[in-house]
Amino acid sequence: MAIHPVHLTVNGHLEQVNVPSNMTLLVLLREVLALTGTKNGCSAGECGACTVLLNGEPVNSCMVLAVECDGAEVTTVEGLANDRQLDPVQEAIIQAGGVQCGFCTPGVLISSRALLNRNPEPSEEEIKEALVGNLCRCTGYFRIIEAVKQAAKG
Amino acid sequence: MGKNFARKSIDPVGESKPRIDAREKVTGEGLYADDIQFGNKLLHARIKRSSYPHALIKKVDISKALALPGVKAIVTGDDFEGYIGLYLKDRHIFCRDRVRYVGDPVAGVAATTEAIAEQAVALIDVEYEPLVPVFDPEFGASPQAPLLHPDLGQYAVASFILPEAGTNISNHFKIRKGDVASAWGKCKAVIERHYRIPHIQHVPIEPHVAIAKVDEDGEITLWDSSQSPFAQRDLIAEALGVSQSNMRVIAPLVGGGFGGKAGVSMESLAVAIATKVNGYPVKLLLTREEEFYTAFVRQGMVAHLKMGCDESGKLLAMENTFYWDGGAYTEYGVNITRAAGYSCTGPYEVPNVRADSYCVYTNHPVGGPMRGFGMPEMHAGLEQCIDDLARQIGMDAVEFRRRNCLKANSILPTGGRMHPTGLSECLEKAAEAIDWGEKSPPSAPNKRRGKGLALMWKAPAMPGNAGSSAWIKLAEDGVLTVGIGAQDLGQGAFTVIAQMAAAAFGVPYESVRLATPVDTRYSPYEWQTVASRITWSTGNAIIKAAQDARHQVLELIAKAWDESPDDLDIVNGMVVSYKSEREIPVKNFAVQGLPKEGGKGWMGGPIIGHGNFIPSDVTGLDPETGQGEHAVVHYTTGAQAIDLEVDLDTGRIEILKGVAAFDVGKAINPELVKAQMEGGLVQGMSSALFECLKLKDGYVQNPSFVDYRIATAADIPKIVQSILVEVPQDDGPWGARGIGEHSMVATVPAIANAIYNAIGLRFDGPPFTAEKIYLAMLDAGIVKGSK
Repeated sequence: MAIHPVHLTVNGHLEQVNVPSNMTLLVLLREVLALTGTKNGCSAGECGACTVLLNGEPVNSCMVLAVECDGAEVTTVEGLANDRQLDPVQEAIIQAGGVQCGFCTPGVLISSRALLNRNPEPSEEEIKEALVGNLCRCTGYFRIIEAVKQAAKG
Repeated sequence: MGKNFARKSIDPVGESKPRIDAREKVTGEGLYADDIQFGNKLLHARIKRSSYPHALIKKVDISKALALPGVKAIVTGDDFEGYIGLYLKDRHIFCRDRVRYVGDPVAGVAATTEAIAEQAVALIDVEYEPLVPVFDPEFGASPQAPLLHPDLGQYAVASFILPEAGTNISNHFKIRKGDVASAWGKCKAVIERHYRIPHIQHVPIEPHVAIAKVDEDGEITLWDSSQSPFAQRDLIAEALGVSQSNMRVIAPLVGGGFGGKAGVSMESLAVAIATKVNGYPVKLLLTREEEFYTAFVRQGMVAHLKMGCDESGKLLAMENTFYWDGGAYTEYGVNITRAAGYSCTGPYEVPNVRADSYCVYTNHPVGGPMRGFGMPEMHAGLEQCIDDLARQIGMDAVEFRRRNCLKANSILPTGGRMHPTGLSECLEKAAEAIDWGEKSPPSAPNKRRGKGLALMWKAPAMPGNAGSSAWIKLAEDGVLTVGIGAQDLGQGAFTVIAQMAAAAFGVPYESVRLATPVDTRYSPYEWQTVASRITWSTGNAIIKAAQDARHQVLELIAKAWDESPDDLDIVNGMVVSYKSEREIPVKNFAVQGLPKEGGKGWMGGPIIGHGNFIPSDVTGLDPETGQGEHAVVHYTTGAQAIDLEVDLDTGRIEILKGVAAFDVGKAINPELVKAQMEGGLVQGMSSALFECLKLKDGYVQNPSFVDYRIATAADIPKIVQSILVEVPQDDGPWGARGIGEHSMVATVPAIANAIYNAIGLRFDGPPFTAEKIYLAMLDAGIVKGSK
């Protein structure tokens, strides 16, 4: 299989990697760069556990080929906190009790951050819409939605 | 015992402390099993699975697969003759002579990449001789059904499980109480109903994953996403014929379990393959598709219910028959059918009871434990019947439940007496929260509004001797480290354990660390993280461990100060004397001890306490009557109430308000308890409205998130309300009992009762999809149109 050189920025760090044609961004992050905070829940773009920001937009990283990411900027859950200072949405999800097993949490946080970046004062319906692609089996979503509201208030 | 400590120390019990594991989970630092790095030696496993629901294996040809470069090992059933199973040892790790469901493991491959392993699996040729399959549990229980396990009579089985050799019935639990036959004549109203509860899946967002390694001298290590590291150590070691002490299970964070990661399922496959490639770690990660049809499913169930009451509404008799679709192997499922049997009346006092709960082998996916352990399935129909019976005699459904529901000292279906319970209070508060009895208008002309309510009860279903243990040690800084074998599946066990340890010993919550991940080599024993038993059972072990450590501390200081230990206490990390008013921080002596007077040596030593707990009073039940003194340790009870609207144009259900009220004995962490009640309500709602594993000729038709829909953020109730009732459990830590599973038990019938209230229609089982409801409304003439 053909190998492609790819340059990309992940959580502010420039990375140079050689990736096979069929490697997904999720596999690149988890297995090549050892950024295992991004989770693999279905490998089919259906559960949202692997959501990352790709050039500022939330994407299912299992549905993006690594080779497409040449020159891209990627933010994963590991890139949300700034020098141990948690992002407001991370802080809020702890305070609101929106974390249980934690497996959907990285994807939920990224989708929430993306929402707040484009819409700093979302309504409850807009929050639900932004999170509809992030499946959570534990919380019933109530406390996650509350966390996004709290983070928006700042 | 815990109460005394609680009074004297700064008490984190009852406080909604933030989760101890939250920070590592929001930063991505927390390690789940698939996150552990094993380096270049890691091999990847894939499984050759049966494509027939029922067939004899005539020949397995692995020669072509073995020749593929990168393939390191291939195993088949010929390699492992042992049986495995929790309550009934009815399965081999890999099939040996027969396959019993679509997905049954026939061979396993370890290769350098997943792609090569996948290719090798495709190159394995299996020759089958198809056999007649069984798909209906009621037919399966009949003498006409082909036998799926001709060796049932030879399987090792727990004493309280009652298989019927020569049939497909792997457990038959009976209740014979009072005289049902003559009771019907005394009833003013009798109703009979039939329900079918479909198979559903657990759907943790983290798929099953196991990594196994066997070193040159045969020591086995298994890293996996697990609710049951100790049960896995025990059962896998036994099946492979190795000593339990040569099998080590390391269980990092669990990305959701809901019962599906209890006992042993795919983990044994990874271990078995690893025994053929010593020194290499072997990873088996289920695909989401495999997750749907090869992981434990929640068993399907057919229920025939008959119940009657007198004119005052008093329940006089019940006759309930449950046929459980146990699937291909029922090693764990047999106990679900037992639990439903001894809880068969729901939370009501009924003088005359006849019940038969059959666990039946079929050629469907393997049934196993799922949140509620038979109770959601059993209550789904039962609580609709209660509504119908109340209506039959013209009584309000809440009033009917008020009269019949269990109170302290009520007689249970198994003959013993109910302990103090807040069930009545749960009923009243749940009803009040949806303005029961008041007709609320729909939000639009094309909608119908309805309210419904259901009660529930559930006991931890486990062997009478399911044990817990814990240790507590102190560090130089006075911080407590607590060793436990219990797992946090998301339910918050680690947080609650830390709170209990802090309170029981006498340090702030922030001064507690947990010795995790659980590692069977270093961690104290825990039977399994199941049955909503951890707060109660592990909590009791922690109190004893803390008492032990306190005893060591107080004896030492009493000696040093020449006082009585009775005058001393540990408060906020300080030993204090109520008599002399002296005090000393625990950290000053926790590791180094204290010097004797005059420099004549030292006393004390590193403080480490230990404790264990085992239920002491669970008795057996008579196999013919199901009667006994103390069937279970206790019952958690509660109520759920639903206010909803049905859209007449689409059949879609919208939940306006969901209410949960449970008697948890004592909420160690109220917000975590409420979080369980909310999450369970939505999982229950999801099973009521959307979920059904569609099986056709043994094949799962919808093994993906697109075709098997679970609730999303857009589907949840507009309002959720959680109500805590606290009637203490006499043998619970601070009075606590479990809540994790109970929160989805009453949801399906509460929704069904609300749908009936809205449109006057009943269904024979969930899910109550928009399509099903719309078509039923068309049939009933509620809406006009054509199909």
